[in-house]
Amino acid sequence: MSVRLTVTSIVKEVAAEQNKPLADLNDNLGLAESGLDSLCFAIIVARLEDKLGVDPFSAAEEVYFPVTFGDLVALYENAATRAA
Amino acid sequence: MPPLAPPNLAALLGAANPSAEAGLRGAGGFVAYRDIAEGTSLGGRRDELAGRSVLLAVASQLASARLLLELDGIAARVMIVPPDFSADQMTAAALQANVDVIVHDDRTPELGLDAMRVGVMPLHEAEPCQSATRSTEWVLPTSGTTGAPKLVAHLLSGLLGAVRPRASDEAQPVWSTFYDIRRYGGMQIFLRAATSGVTLVVTEPDEPLADHVARMAEAGVTHLSGTPSHWRRLLMSPHAKRISPRYVRLSGEIADRAILDSLKAAYPQAAVIHAYASTEAGVGFEVTDGQEGFPASYLDGVGEVEMRVIDGSLRLRSSRVARRYIGRDDLAVSDTEGFVDTDDMVEQHGDRFYFLGRRAGIINVGGLKVHPEEVEQVINQHEAVRMSLVKARRSPITGDLIVADVVLKSTAENQQAQVFREEILANCRARLDRHKAPVMINFVPTLDLQASGKLKRRHA
Repeated sequence: MSVRLTVTSIVKEVAAEQNKPLADLNDNLGLAESGLDSLCFAIIVARLEDKLGVDPFSAAEEVYFPVTFGDLVALYENAATRAA
Repeated sequence: MPPLAPPNLAALLGAANPSAEAGLRGAGGFVAYRDIAEGTSLGGRRDELAGRSVLLAVASQLASARLLLELDGIAARVMIVPPDFSADQMTAAALQANVDVIVHDDRTPELGLDAMRVGVMPLHEAEPCQSATRSTEWVLPTSGTTGAPKLVAHLLSGLLGAVRPRASDEAQPVWSTFYDIRRYGGMQIFLRAATSGVTLVVTEPDEPLADHVARMAEAGVTHLSGTPSHWRRLLMSPHAKRISPRYVRLSGEIADRAILDSLKAAYPQAAVIHAYASTEAGVGFEVTDGQEGFPASYLDGVGEVEMRVIDGSLRLRSSRVARRYIGRDDLAVSDTEGFVDTDDMVEQHGDRFYFLGRRAGIINVGGLKVHPEEVEQVINQHEAVRMSLVKARRSPITGDLIVADVVLKSTAENQQAQVFREEILANCRARLDRHKAPVMINFVPTLDLQASGKLKRRHA
């Protein structure tokens, strides 16, 4: 599964578990408007770490906090590429 | 006129007039109380221990019990160390307690202390000691796993505060405990048995559960005590059916509804009781209605024990409270009014208080507090779950997240495990605030226990 598909499926999974109505996922969607709160993000980051083996938020270099869903996908794509 | 010395433990045992068949049963055999009362384990060196500060460093629990019966009233202080203590921990405790005599056996490690060494000997007949009139200080280490244990001093009178003489019409019990008697919970059971002259079946460190259960079955155990984790381990083994106690006692950890119900189902003829005690506060109270938590009316007083809840934590005051910490004059056991803060957090719902968990174990999820124990109690409600351990997983977003290791009653195939996982999570989400529900559940074959019989936690 591509990194993009993995991120998308885990975001949907966590939103459903947490009973959060999720906006349509597209690269321009602002994360603040996505319907996800910080607990959801924390869970998403933990699950993605288990799935992809990377946690870009805890990486040594400075992290630019993603603003849009596209930023979030790119963050994981870059981290996965670096780890590979 | 000087005040009368309180009776020592051997005198109390003698007054209970034990039968010839009553005594201590260990892996190494049986010792009758009468032989202990009429003998010595110190090979003629008993008088040298008078007024001394004695480290009880023998490995055998049975020998420790004999020595406690012999030394109370003779030694000024007995420093009691649990069998899992390393040589370094023993040395540190001995220095702190100003030990000048070490009672040892051939398994006691070399301690490098400037102290007289007295080897424990097989019992042989001796005159009872006439001068055993001291109020011996019994010193026990606290059971916490973080930092150096604190040394807690009790007098026998305080240790016996919750022990009631057996009614004359009551059938003679046979006691056993999963605890080592060198810990507060096991010490209580040893003292109950010894002061009423009834048989106690003890286990040895690292002894297989099956062997302990076989000895209990052989002795016809009627009264059995341990932590909820001890009991869960028993219920998980095929040996649980070999005994049929009529008195089942839990202490040392939160007794949740799942374990209380499981024990009632496994031993329908038994009274299932959970007790609250700590090394510092002594025995607080017992709950005999089979329900978790305790009635709010206990705050009006339970016997001689006074209880308060301040800032969410349980505080106790009674004559059973420890006298002081040894070697730590900077620390007080109790506040200026004599109440001990137990650091056990409780919450009132209706006319009952429920235990939330230890203050030090709190996990912080995005600024919101979670007690692992309150989540475990909900997980354990699932009928397929035997026990669980809730812990923190670091998160760059919220600081911590809640994750759980879960032991099932019987192993499940992948598909079945996934169903259980969903059901457990659904129950947690229904009953707990969002931030308290685990975000991940791992099924594990077992969970480690500390030597004290409590679940091994990072911050116990």
